[in-house]
Amino acid sequence: MTAIDSRPTSSPAEVQGVGSGRRGSVRSVVVGTMLTLLLLPFVPLVLASLADGYFYPQVVPERWSTRAWAIVLDPDGRTWAALRDTVGIAVVVMIVSLVVAVPAGRVLGTRRFRGKRVIELLLLSPVLVPTIAVALGIHVVFLRLGLAGGVAGVVLVHLIPATPYVVLLSAGVFANAELELEAQARALGASWWQARRHVTLRLIAPGLAVAALFGFLISWGQYVLTLVIGGGRVVTLPILLFATASGGDAAVTAATALFHGLPAIVLLVATTRVLGGAGLATFGGAR
Amino acid sequence: MGDRSVLHTRARRALRHESVRTWAALTPAVTLVLTLFGGAVVLALVRSFGLLGTDPSARPSLDAYRRLLVDPEVGRSLLLTLHVAVVSSTLAVVLGIGAALLLRGLGRGRRLTTTLFQLNLPVPHVIGAVAILSLLGQSGLLSRAATRIGMIDEPASFPALVFDPYAIGIIVQYVWKEVPFVGIVALAILHSTGDDLEEAARTLGATSWQRLRHVTLPLLLPGVLSAAVIVFAFTFGTFEVPLLLGSSFPAVLPVLAHQRYTDVDLASRPEAMAISAVITLLVLAVVVAGTTLARRTVRQDAA
Repeated sequence: MTAIDSRPTSSPAEVQGVGSGRRGSVRSVVVGTMLTLLLLPFVPLVLASLADGYFYPQVVPERWSTRAWAIVLDPDGRTWAALRDTVGIAVVVMIVSLVVAVPAGRVLGTRRFRGKRVIELLLLSPVLVPTIAVALGIHVVFLRLGLAGGVAGVVLVHLIPATPYVVLLSAGVFANAELELEAQARALGASWWQARRHVTLRLIAPGLAVAALFGFLISWGQYVLTLVIGGGRVVTLPILLFATASGGDAAVTAATALFHGLPAIVLLVATTRVLGGAGLATFGGAR
Repeated sequence: MGDRSVLHTRARRALRHESVRTWAALTPAVTLVLTLFGGAVVLALVRSFGLLGTDPSARPSLDAYRRLLVDPEVGRSLLLTLHVAVVSSTLAVVLGIGAALLLRGLGRGRRLTTTLFQLNLPVPHVIGAVAILSLLGQSGLLSRAATRIGMIDEPASFPALVFDPYAIGIIVQYVWKEVPFVGIVALAILHSTGDDLEEAARTLGATSWQRLRHVTLPLLLPGVLSAAVIVFAFTFGTFEVPLLLGSSFPAVLPVLAHQRYTDVDLASRPEAMAISAVITLLVLAVVVAGTTLARRTVRQDAA
């Protein structure tokens, strides 16, 4: 919704503050420390995943090994099966939430009407109410409907947090798009379909791509809903990671964690490149 | 006269048409959320009154809530959950604002720095928890480093930062994950408002502290308050992070709810539902209070 502008500021005082003197270097040190702390938790994961017998108190492993990665990347192993289910569920969640959310997002982003605030609050509440409450509440009904323990049930519950986010994101996309261009195209003789296809879609496509990615990532990282509704029979990557973490092989756990985390990071960075740094603040809510 | 009333009718018809189209566009999303989410919350509530359980002839009662009230474990859980949520959202907000102010002033390399700053935003929480465990656990990286430089001589002498009664590991994970979130929200606000007001204050002779206190922070407040509400709701209600990094007694309320739900004694299930209902109500209360406060600060600014 909010674009992060990455041009350097032109304020003379700030240029001074950065360019010269002690304040600039203090700032660099503080920023460096902050980034180090933010990236630090990934370091033991990388080290442990590549270590051969990572015994205490080795900081840097004395011997290296690709054993853990061989287990994680084994074509017949559990990871690929989990990846297939995770991607399958996330893609369906992404498509359904996009289809449901885009019309609602357009209305919420461009029109004023009575009851708008109520609708916005309703759509925001699944984001705020603890997921465990939703999961436990819905479990019994899903058991009776035969939806518990299956992929269909998991897709349905993933839609609960995904849809609101995609609606709110697309509302922002439509609010910022210059939709008057659609009316202008109509005035210049374009048909309804041509105007939608060649004008509106072009305007909103990048933003909607971010919204879709967001729906995907929410499903990608979902744990509680999958645990309770999948009942251990739907093994997505978060479920597999948790099981591995309780299993005791630190190297395999670390490699599984990286295997699960890296695609999310790559997807985000790739999208921000395409979008020129727009829409990043919205990712903050990715739960 | 006649022309006018025709126009009137047409305008009204157009308006009604518009309103029908508005609600038609909203229907799929609203239906989905109302059915699945609304249904789940209502069912949790109904079951917390002892209904829809194993005994079909049960009458609605507040027994589950009464049991929670006298259960000392629940009280300790509630305190722990509040402690975790308050401490981690406060730290995340303060550090997030600080980070945004720092990043805004960067010249060269700001693009790369900002990208690195938000790298952990899309990382699922389970991974964050595993990572924090491998960093802060008693055989984790920090403990190893401390042994190497001779500060301690065995894992057990390293302070308990995970599975500890103060939930330090959980709080560190939340702060680690939420500082970039608050920071990016604050950074977005700073960019959309520009620095004209701060420049004006500077020209009028305000010191840098006065500018921060009376110009920048009030600009940030409403937006950051909304972000804080989201962070609080999240840190209050998350399950997987305390499950991996917390002690099991006392556990935070979401974990306690799950423990009661999966208890062999099915009679504990209404208690699980009652805990769910209580967390939901508490979070919603904080959300309402926070958003009201945010709107009031906006109005004060406008006045």
